[in-house]
Amino acid sequence: MSTSAPPSSSGPSPGTSPEPPRKGEPGVELPSLGPLGMLRWAWTQLTKMNTALFLLLLLAVAAVPGSVFPQRIQDPTAVSDYIDNNPVLGEWLDRLQLFDVFSSAWFSAIYLLLFVSLVGCVLPRAAKHWRAWRAQPPRTPRRLERLPEHRAFALGGRDGAAEPAPDEVVADAARLLKKRGYRVAVRDAGTAAPSVAAERGMWKEVGNVVFHLALLGVLVSVAVGSLFGYKGQRVLVEGESFVNTLIGYDSFTPGTNYDADWLEPFSLRLDRFEAEFNRDTTVPQNYGAPLDFTAEVTVQDEPGAEPRQEVLKVNQPVEVNGVKSYLVGNGYAPVVRVTDGNGDVAFEGPVVTIPTDGVYTSSFVLKVPDARPDQLGLVGLLLPTAVGEEGTMPRSVDPGLANPQLILSSYYGDLGLDSGDPQNVFVLDVEPLTELNAMMSSNGAIKLDGANRTYELPEGKGTIEFLDVKRYVGLDIHYDPGKTGAFVSFLAAFAGLLMSMFIARRRVWVRAARGTDDDGRPTTVLEYGLLARGEDPRLHTEAERLAELWTEQWQSAGVRETGGAGRTTATATPAGTPAGNE
Amino acid sequence: MNVNETLGTWSELFMLLAAMTYLVSFVAFAWDLASHSKALRGAEGAGERELVGAASGGASRGAPAGGSADDAGRGFRTTARSELAGHVADAEMRYTGERRPAARVAVAVMVLAFVVHAAAVVTRAVAADRVPWGNMYEFCTSGALVVAGVYLAALLAKDLRFVGTLVSGLVVIMLCAATIGFPTPVGPLQPALQSWWLVIHVSIAVAASGIFTITFAMAVLQLLQAHRERAVLAGERPGMPFLRLVPSAQALENLSFRLNAVGFAFWTFTLAAGAIWAEQAWGRYWGWDTKEVWTFVIWVVYAAYMHARATRGWTGTRSAWLSIVGYLCIIFNFTVVNTVFAGLHSYAGV
Ligand code: HEM
Repeated sequence: MSTSAPPSSSGPSPGTSPEPPRKGEPGVELPSLGPLGMLRWAWTQLTKMNTALFLLLLLAVAAVPGSVFPQRIQDPTAVSDYIDNNPVLGEWLDRLQLFDVFSSAWFSAIYLLLFVSLVGCVLPRAAKHWRAWRAQPPRTPRRLERLPEHRAFALGGRDGAAEPAPDEVVADAARLLKKRGYRVAVRDAGTAAPSVAAERGMWKEVGNVVFHLALLGVLVSVAVGSLFGYKGQRVLVEGESFVNTLIGYDSFTPGTNYDADWLEPFSLRLDRFEAEFNRDTTVPQNYGAPLDFTAEVTVQDEPGAEPRQEVLKVNQPVEVNGVKSYLVGNGYAPVVRVTDGNGDVAFEGPVVTIPTDGVYTSSFVLKVPDARPDQLGLVGLLLPTAVGEEGTMPRSVDPGLANPQLILSSYYGDLGLDSGDPQNVFVLDVEPLTELNAMMSSNGAIKLDGANRTYELPEGKGTIEFLDVKRYVGLDIHYDPGKTGAFVSFLAAFAGLLMSMFIARRRVWVRAARGTDDDGRPTTVLEYGLLARGEDPRLHTEAERLAELWTEQWQSAGVRETGGAGRTTATATPAGTPAGNE
Repeated sequence: MNVNETLGTWSELFMLLAAMTYLVSFVAFAWDLASHSKALRGAEGAGERELVGAASGGASRGAPAGGSADDAGRGFRTTARSELAGHVADAEMRYTGERRPAARVAVAVMVLAFVVHAAAVVTRAVAADRVPWGNMYEFCTSGALVVAGVYLAALLAKDLRFVGTLVSGLVVIMLCAATIGFPTPVGPLQPALQSWWLVIHVSIAVAASGIFTITFAMAVLQLLQAHRERAVLAGERPGMPFLRLVPSAQALENLSFRLNAVGFAFWTFTLAAGAIWAEQAWGRYWGWDTKEVWTFVIWVVYAAYMHARATRGWTGTRSAWLSIVGYLCIIFNFTVVNTVFAGLHSYAGV
């Protein structure tokens, strides 16, 4: 911080000379420097306020592409789609890490430099403040009238009262200032012009240092979270249990240093899921909008532990030893049974479908690799409340389960599951398969509902039965050990910010000396001046307050405002005062 | 949750009425700027200061006030402040005794508009049986209410009538944008928004935006005023006579810095409250969702603004630009990000 100049109320002139020569900045002449000197020079540049400002602006600009291009941390599929659609551009963007902005080399470089700059800037400042805190308030300036706020009062002479002695005046002023929260130091006591130096608002600077260091704390906490945390996803149908092990997850993303052996051994069963929808018809647009989702779950902290009932809601996760499970999605899972061409049950169970609109028209995909003699594939829709006359395309009119219907096409052939390539369970590639029936073909789609629960596939390939509809929830499971640290750091930062912004740091100097008033009577002149460090719109008010204090203290002796030290015999630099001001 | 449709209709009517009333106050404010600055010029008449001569002493801007007061009498130095004195309004922004009928009408009409507007927002809240900031229409109308409220409250302490045109104009724009751009019938909240954090996070965000709206208006005036001051100091004839009613660029900057500091504290809180809420709803407190990216960008821009004030060469015009850029980011965050970019905050589906 050696080179920045915080504006005081008489601060630097705006915009006159952008690059004034800086005093006390060692080693600006480059050529004569060795490697060490270069380092020192770089350090000086880095810890300048200008650099911090530049890096901050750079950080803001650098974050913008993260909202323009799809990001892998958000949506990896969107990124691969983007690259597929724009092969040339996409590859270049990828090379520039524009799909991973927030973990990119350049973004990291900016914020790391910024934080290095911050430390290099704030630590010396903290040290300086530490010394200032332990030292006495600064010496009394020679010419108080140069300060932004300056006033003088003549004391004594009322009803023949004697003027108070300068030493007493200074001692009283010191006491009053101390009561007002200033720390004080009396100077030149016993001389002709004793004075008191006072300062308040030392916590302002503490706030600033705490704020900046706490930002560092936030960064460190985020790093801890991404090193030692993990996140995973799991779809859970009513009645199913999730056990917190690697195989329990549909997808699992460990932190860089996370070891899956550390997984907490809890389990969670979805007992019931309930969705409430808007049935109010006054505003048609809002009809059917979701109002509330509630999942009732049974949690077991570890095998053999006492099970407990919990309620899981959208804004209300369930926590087990710091691992939190969140309700992030829900939908329907129709229960079907597929009997294959040989008459054996090849599949029986709930099939998770994906809602595609507000009334939960859901897409259904079922692959039956165990069917013999041919593997079977089924795709189609689940309509929770199907309506539609004969011959028209049925559609769902309500998200509730009033008349669930399955509309399916069926295929047989090699599903390609043995090739070892990972497949999306929610997508069926029908290209290599042979169609059995479909909406568009002559034999029409399979239509299953409460009245027609069974359908015989053509060519004796098997039977499909529609048994029931269950609900499922999508869970996000998160563990972030840096969370508490980030929160505490934020609290510290916020407190520091408020302290730094709203505490006023001020200095006051009061000097007293004997003189004569306009009529030649002896008087004691109390002269004082105020100086703000940083923004301080209330400096004038404070000067006013102090005037009130002096008046109250000496009104019986007599207090009159004088035009300034110049009109009295008390000089600003009396003999006997050591000229100790810089 | 019951929706009271009749009340909702009333609310929309009130909103329309409020927008029209603000428009009247906008016109009155503009009229005040035009007529009053003309009156001022007329009063000074031929007695206008001889600019060129006064500048000959070599203006030293920002010389310590104490020193200049001493020396001015001996004819050495004059500060920019004393030189600008006849051309800009009082830096303390105190009320003076002058008669400004148009401005009085403007403020009175704006108070009326505010009351109607408040009624519109409250009836909407009652109609929907929840806080009135659950969708774009509601953010916009509640935000405009905060802008008007902050401005009217500030008028109690300072004579800020000179920004009235800009503030009332912005409020009218916000109300029009809400009614035309994002009309939304009264309805219940989706599950993702049903949290106390909605109340905390969004209300503080709206308050911060309200403050930034006013500092934006002041920054614009500051740039115009700085331009004009340069003309005055160069001895030219300054244009834009309505800026006579406006304090000096330095005074505007000082006040907007203090307001921006409060706005920045609010925004910091918004950001953190959003993170806490995100942690509760989605399991991670920060995920660089589009909305989060922009909230962060805005925060960094205003942090840069705070630094600029303490950096040599960055005070004045440049810091005003930062304040403007920050506000443009807020507008962008609200309009484009909410409507164009998909993200968790768009609350599409479940
Ligand atoms: C992550 C990066 C940083 C952020 C977000 C940040 C933010 C802020 C904010 C919001 C303020 C104003 C509130 C206050 O007075 O406490 C501030 C003040 C300050 N910052 Fe930073 N800062 C950062 C880095 C730095 C760096 C690298 C430096 C040093 C080069 C620095 C030096 C200062 C100083 C000296 C002040 C006080 C200004 C004054 O006296 O008014 N900051 N900072």
